[in-house]
Amino acid sequence: MKKLIAILSLALLPLAGFASSEGPELESADIDLTDHAAMQRGAKYFVNYCQGCHTLKYFRYERMQDFGLTKQQIKENLLFDKTKKVGDLMTNSFDPEQAAGWFGAAPPDLTLTARLKPGGGDWIYTYLKGFYKDDSRPFGVNNVVFPNVGMPHVLLDLQGMQEAVIETDEHGNKHVKELKLVQPGKLSPEEYDQVAKDLATFLTHVAEPMKLERQRIGFWVMLFLFIFFIVSFMLKKEYWKDVH
Amino acid sequence: MSRLIEWIDERYPLTKVWKEHLAEYYAPKNFNFWYFFGSLAMLVLVNQIVTGVWLTMNYKPDADLAFASVEYIMRDVNWGWLIRYLHSTGASAFFIVIYLHMFRGLIYGSYRKPRELLWIIGVVIYLVMMATAFFGYLLPWGQMSYWGAQVIVNLFAAIPVIGEDLSIWIRGDYVISDTTLNRFFALHYLLPFILAALVFVHIVALHKVGSNNPDGIEIKKGPKGNRWSPDAPADGIPFHPYYTVKDIVGVAGFLIIFLAIVFFLPEMGGYFLERPNFEPANPLKTPEHIAPVWYFTPFYAMLRAVPSFGGTQVWGVLVMGASIVILFFLPWLDKSPVKSIRYKGPIFKVMIALFVIDFLVLGYLGMKPATPGRTLVAQIGTIYYFLFFLAMPIYSKIDKTKPVPERVTQ
Amino acid sequence: MSSEGVDLKKRRMLITATAGVGAVGVGFALVPFISYWQPSARAKALGAPEEADISKLEPGALLRVKWRGKVCWIVNRTEEMLKDLKENTSHLVDPDSEVPQQPEYCKNWHRSIKPKYWVAVGICTHLGCSPTYRPELAPADLGPDWKGGFFCPCHGSKFDLAGRVYKGVPAPTNLVVPPHKYLSDTVILIGEDQGGAA
Repeated sequence: MKKLIAILSLALLPLAGFASSEGPELESADIDLTDHAAMQRGAKYFVNYCQGCHTLKYFRYERMQDFGLTKQQIKENLLFDKTKKVGDLMTNSFDPEQAAGWFGAAPPDLTLTARLKPGGGDWIYTYLKGFYKDDSRPFGVNNVVFPNVGMPHVLLDLQGMQEAVIETDEHGNKHVKELKLVQPGKLSPEEYDQVAKDLATFLTHVAEPMKLERQRIGFWVMLFLFIFFIVSFMLKKEYWKDVH
Repeated sequence: MSRLIEWIDERYPLTKVWKEHLAEYYAPKNFNFWYFFGSLAMLVLVNQIVTGVWLTMNYKPDADLAFASVEYIMRDVNWGWLIRYLHSTGASAFFIVIYLHMFRGLIYGSYRKPRELLWIIGVVIYLVMMATAFFGYLLPWGQMSYWGAQVIVNLFAAIPVIGEDLSIWIRGDYVISDTTLNRFFALHYLLPFILAALVFVHIVALHKVGSNNPDGIEIKKGPKGNRWSPDAPADGIPFHPYYTVKDIVGVAGFLIIFLAIVFFLPEMGGYFLERPNFEPANPLKTPEHIAPVWYFTPFYAMLRAVPSFGGTQVWGVLVMGASIVILFFLPWLDKSPVKSIRYKGPIFKVMIALFVIDFLVLGYLGMKPATPGRTLVAQIGTIYYFLFFLAMPIYSKIDKTKPVPERVTQ
Repeated sequence: MSSEGVDLKKRRMLITATAGVGAVGVGFALVPFISYWQPSARAKALGAPEEADISKLEPGALLRVKWRGKVCWIVNRTEEMLKDLKENTSHLVDPDSEVPQQPEYCKNWHRSIKPKYWVAVGICTHLGCSPTYRPELAPADLGPDWKGGFFCPCHGSKFDLAGRVYKGVPAPTNLVVPPHKYLSDTVILIGEDQGGAA
């Protein structure tokens, strides 16, 4: 029996290394879901730069209270459409069909992007930093993690324009080796990285707002189960004294 | 209290059932770790039914609303996220528990005479479970749900002559659509109750023939008389309280692992909740790589391993179907004079170890995109899967066995 | 069953302990399933307090506002209407609003915060129809004593301009006044008490 278990665990080994993701290398955003300040800034950038086209249609404004804003603050600073209430979902008034005509595809809802994309928040971070000049594209930009992206570089005036250094491998395939800032924007690269990180943090929170609460409750559940396990184990031991 | 029970006993066999199936049901005293999974499977079934019923209170089986209603449950409904994670993790847990339960039957020969029917009912349960899981997987209406269902339903289209019409009939449409979602929902709600009824029948059959044990000895044929009753098998102990208290420990241990996943790893690295399923179904865009959920992948790998020839791809479908159907015949394939692996010879042990590895490798291959190399491995794996069963009458007969003891060992 | 060498006391203690801990676990496990039935964030958002702008509400007119799926009225009562409310009460069941059909701060002769503006849930306390607003004096169908008020078309219940029910009609109690407060002189928030949430 023990031998069998040993064989089984050996057989499972190859599965362990299998979860690694495919696709381009992502930069780590080192997201901290307790960083309320970053989420508040991220929310502000989102409503200013993203919400014109993208929705968070499963997320209610009032959930921003989870990262320390009050209903009054949300209403005054983040809710531009005055017909909406704080309890409403973060939709916009952008017509998806019209948008599909402009961009080739309707701008996707971003509520779950951090759970959809491999790498989650790191993907968003790398994406926001990964725009580079490409005149063959309709909006003059391309993206390292999202090739042939249909979206313009909305944060262009903050980041400035990057150019890609392209290298060709032995098979003749072209890869982006690195990005170089050729025309600085309003922000320094460090400041821009912080903007990208704030947005990634905010969107990671939005994708699963209950994550920290889930883990907090999980801790107590585990503690309870260990107690239950010990008590029931003692009960079993006592009864099984009868069995010889 | 005793008068109430008397009153009930005159009208319903309450005490009789209690005695026959718990207090005076004598189970072999040498059950080990592998014997937890029967009771755990029932626990998970109850979890699936209860959380499932609760989910339907807010779920909308409508192509336009389904995805959003799941997110509504996850975000807006009080504790909806927990109920949903219990259900999604429970689905995978159910298969893990059942696979271990089946493996137990396999190594200790629990399918052998007189338990053939018990095993067959078990395989039927497994089939109904697979159908339930398949119908349920469409309901979140994510990309993986949609395209997974698309691929599986198209398997039926491979059947000659009637295939095309059959797949249209199953969908009620030319593609997976709102109609399909609606009927899958109805069936996903129905089948668990059929499953519960089958579990009842499974237990009735078990209590008729009595439990097998790791030694594969019939305790009923052994000496009589133990500390509880002079007529009971000497190696038996009353199920209650001994196995009830033991199973409670098993439940506690299981819940530690299960709830740790629910609370800390509900996506389980993309195996229990897959990334593409966080995007609503889009009939115009196939995800880069579609694979069924992990518990179907061994069979999916066998399906893909078989090339199409003679102008039809029905062979893969047949092989996949046969890989399940063959389980029904297992009781008659094993010709070994002993039941338990403890007394079986080296050939059988090697064959089973290889079978487990084979099943895991097939499961792994079923998740990955096919390459020529992987297809070759899957083909070898498929051949071995069938070889394990079809050659069993031979190797189980010629294998050297050890003498089986008179009484169970501790 | 023989019980030689069995420490029954210890067993009973352990059974109690396991059952006790188990019961606590089941108790906690029930919480999510029960709480699940409470109004969701969406229901709460839809039932959130509703703002009403009364700056354009003319004297004698009625404004309809929807709050928690129910119709609410805001009536701008004229001086004559108010005078009548104070003096003419002999035909009413509960002229002093003893039955708590209104927040404490509206338990007064005019059943409102400011005498002029009256806020009410526009649903008859009989069987739930919405009464019609009949501000005119002595119309033909309501008789010469009618000083303006609400008339329920379903079963003929009558209420005065503070929603107080007439004697001898099917409706048992006065109309409900919802919690509300003034955000400014011209904006009323229905659904939230003065000084806190409803």
